[in-house]
Amino acid sequence: MPKLFLAFLFVLCFSVAALRENTPSISVATPRQPDVNTGAGLLSSLMGDSRRMFANHFFSKADAYFHSGYYPTIFDRSASPERSHLQGGGGEQPEGEDHNHSEHDEKAGFLGEPLDCLESFGRNFFPSQHSHLETGNERELLPWLKLSAELDPQKIETYTIASFWLRTRLGKTNEAEQFLREGLHANPNSYEILFELGRICEENHKDTACAHNLYALALQKWTDEKNRGGSPDEFVCQQITAFAARLEERAGNFPAAIGYLEKLKEISPAKDLIGKQILDLRAKIDGPGIPLKK
Amino acid sequence: MINNALAVAGIVIKELYRRKDFYVLFVLTALITLLLGCVNFFNDDRIARYLKEICLLLIWISSLIIAVTTTARQIPAERENRTIFPLLAKPLTRGHLVFGKFLGCWFASGLSLVVFYFFFCVVSGAREHQWPLLIYLQALWLHWILLALVVAMVLLGSIMFAAPSSNSTICFIFIVGILLVGRHLHRIAIQLQEPIRTIVSVIYFAIPHLEFYDIREMIVHNLPPISMLACLIATVYAIGYTAFFLIATWLVFRRKSLTA
Repeated sequence: MPKLFLAFLFVLCFSVAALRENTPSISVATPRQPDVNTGAGLLSSLMGDSRRMFANHFFSKADAYFHSGYYPTIFDRSASPERSHLQGGGGEQPEGEDHNHSEHDEKAGFLGEPLDCLESFGRNFFPSQHSHLETGNERELLPWLKLSAELDPQKIETYTIASFWLRTRLGKTNEAEQFLREGLHANPNSYEILFELGRICEENHKDTACAHNLYALALQKWTDEKNRGGSPDEFVCQQITAFAARLEERAGNFPAAIGYLEKLKEISPAKDLIGKQILDLRAKIDGPGIPLKK
Repeated sequence: MINNALAVAGIVIKELYRRKDFYVLFVLTALITLLLGCVNFFNDDRIARYLKEICLLLIWISSLIIAVTTTARQIPAERENRTIFPLLAKPLTRGHLVFGKFLGCWFASGLSLVVFYFFFCVVSGAREHQWPLLIYLQALWLHWILLALVVAMVLLGSIMFAAPSSNSTICFIFIVGILLVGRHLHRIAIQLQEPIRTIVSVIYFAIPHLEFYDIREMIVHNLPPISMLACLIATVYAIGYTAFFLIATWLVFRRKSLTA
């Protein structure tokens, strides 16, 4: 009887395996995913949606590394900041502003006062002081971000954040661009990645024509997503239009710059300031040229 | 007593290097670490912390497997093979046997730890070009002290549970549970209703806090060594629990029938 039961189980397993083999459409690939021949496609076939869970874990791991291990566990999570601190790096903030210590000290004191002597003593054995990676040690984040991107190629912030650290702190512009291009391959409609690529063209390669095209394309993708009924990130749109306007202004193309600023004014909370910039640009177009030197 | 215990311990140490467990685990640890070390992340060969973290994790897993499985089979194997009867012939008492088995398993685990940490030290130094030996020695010491506690606990389990496999499984669950949630139990307890709150709080204060001996995070993030006083207190804490488990083992083993 046990042998019969084992034989039955074997036949059942074989049948399920054969059924699975003939059903390639079981793949959990989303419409934006690359084909299953790529590494990401293979991972998605093998791991299903669990890969996203692991990708998030590795992304958090990178964040924990950024804070030198001083990071809340799931038990401390309620008292911790909801947004990853690494995300500060992906934005347009200037260097230093993304890791404001006083802000962190307020937010990240998740350990609180020890409840008892055991907890107090236990704090000798794990990182219980807040610090950040600096002086090139930011490179230690990169393996986890890379792994996160491998597991979930649709997690766009992984590419933009890795790119930020690579180009601003580690001087690895080419690697940043390559990684962003991989991200763009997996997410062809990502305006965030296009914007980051534009910044590399503008700030690192000094290729204003390329940057202009990428900003324009990013803005178009943002608008397309908005028109499709999505809820694209307005902050990124503000960044795109502000950077594009600045680029046009530097090139002396004031009408185009005004066009971008008009768009920015629609969505920005600082409408007065932008209105003033528009007036200044109009004055430059209309009024007589101001001599640079007397 | 010491001579008798050391004689028993010598046999256990010989058993460790005759068996393949240590070699397999060490080769696996080395292989996985070296393979991961070969991975190129953004053409930067100075990235080291991920490698240290994974290597230390593998060392911890391997050391726990070696300590738990070696200890769990000691007394049951002697009983099963009936070699316990000649062993317990005078002048060796049951207390000597328990202490000898403990010393043997602890020393054997310590030997394997030295090899593992030497490998870690080489890998880490080769990658980072720095040798923070003091914190490495602290990590090795605390890890070894933790294994004393674990060995004593498993030895008690080997007397209480029917088979080495069930003992190993229960001990692994207990150890991993403490390492993962041990330090959070009190904070969890204060969010619960009575009487669960009191029960969880009692468990928190009663369990041996194995997480004190895990300073991997400090090593991975290149943090300064922990204070020697904290090390000393942790050592005394572990000695207390180890003694408790050993005495409990002896008390249970004293009344245990060897033929059952």
